[in-house]
Amino acid sequence: MAEEILAPLAGKIVKLNMTLDAKVEEDEEALVIEAMKMETPVFVPCDGVVTALNVKEGDEVEEDDVLAVIAEA
Amino acid sequence: MTENLLTLFKTSGFLYLTPGMLLMWGIGLGLIYLAIARDYEPLLLLPIGFGIILANLPLASLMEPHEGLLWRFYHYGIQWEVIPPLIFLGLGALTDFGPLLANPALIFLGAGAQAGVYLTFFAAHAIGFTLNESATVGIIGGADGPTTIFLAAKLAPHMLGTTAVAAYSYMALVPIIQPPIMRLMTTRKERMIRMKKGRKVTPLEKILFPIIASMLIILLVPASAPLIAMFMIGNLFREAKVVERLTHAAQNELLNIVTIFLGLPVGATMNAENFLQPRVIFIFFLGLFAFMISTGTGVALAKLMNLFSKKKINPLLGAAGVSAVPMAARVVHKVASQEDKKNYLLMYAMGPNVAGVIGTVIAAGIFLTMLE
Repeated sequence: MAEEILAPLAGKIVKLNMTLDAKVEEDEEALVIEAMKMETPVFVPCDGVVTALNVKEGDEVEEDDVLAVIAEA
Repeated sequence: MTENLLTLFKTSGFLYLTPGMLLMWGIGLGLIYLAIARDYEPLLLLPIGFGIILANLPLASLMEPHEGLLWRFYHYGIQWEVIPPLIFLGLGALTDFGPLLANPALIFLGAGAQAGVYLTFFAAHAIGFTLNESATVGIIGGADGPTTIFLAAKLAPHMLGTTAVAAYSYMALVPIIQPPIMRLMTTRKERMIRMKKGRKVTPLEKILFPIIASMLIILLVPASAPLIAMFMIGNLFREAKVVERLTHAAQNELLNIVTIFLGLPVGATMNAENFLQPRVIFIFFLGLFAFMISTGTGVALAKLMNLFSKKKINPLLGAAGVSAVPMAARVVHKVASQEDKKNYLLMYAMGPNVAGVIGTVIAAGIFLTMLE
């Protein structure tokens, strides 16, 4: 089972804490989106491995963009 | 020679200073301090603070009718109703109605949070303010600076400075005033409600919204026209996407310029005799009351909507109905994320938040229609 991390809101990726193929744990801070002068942290939905990473720091994203995919280990 | 020096001294302002003026300097300096050191609405409180000091320097006559520089800013900018609508032009160009259109039911929350405005109107009248003054005090609860100034200039100009300072101070204090009320009125379970994705909003809807909303609102409450008209044309610039230059000018240069000319004269209306009255304390107290009631009724209305609707909404969103944009929406997001950090309410909260702006303008329009 793989879970996608969707952008909860449109904004700019100001911090990215994951790399491709890295192991991540549920509730870790995956990345931070800045919108309306506020930083919104986005968290990892499940334990697993990052199998796809579609953004880099500084990217502008739209709501519901698939930011990354986590394959459950 | 000594005589000449004496004359020079007599024409200086020092002889004419009063204790009240010195006290007003203290208030002006206090606001400047809050703006610089605490980052409390610095764009407004910094020039307002300086304006207060200027208004309390004797013989400078900056607020002398027909002569003073600040009087001219005040008269042609605020009394002529030019500056608040221009601010609204910029706000319109900055506002995304997308979140509102995605969840149209949330527009009611923007209306529900105006209850504080009306309740405070009655409360203020009950303790002895005139009808016009009561309306001006009540509108503080809408948490919208330009609207407060707009209404005060028309209904109770002698209270303009005070109500503006109260409105902007409470807006800066939104993150402190709102959360306790929001927590008190909701259960942990309610605060953890996650919102269902709203529907997708098309660019055509976003273009049609400012046009149709202008027609409807101005037909309904004609007195709200100056603010609504400029707000919606600013938004139409933004959504039309063919006049980037105008959108940009409205959002940045123009908004910044009029902000300068708004703060100074607003501060300058606060001279010692005008401001240092016991009733000023009541204005601040009632303003806070209005703000708290608006927060509470917003949350209560959201809970009421949940009773009748299958699609549960997070009741915290009701608190975003006070129009302090985007502070109130941020507060909602923060309070919710303290319970469940994967609950992202910011965008949902922007819906009632911008609806709150419109709601406050309509409330001001209703007061104007009834009282002027």
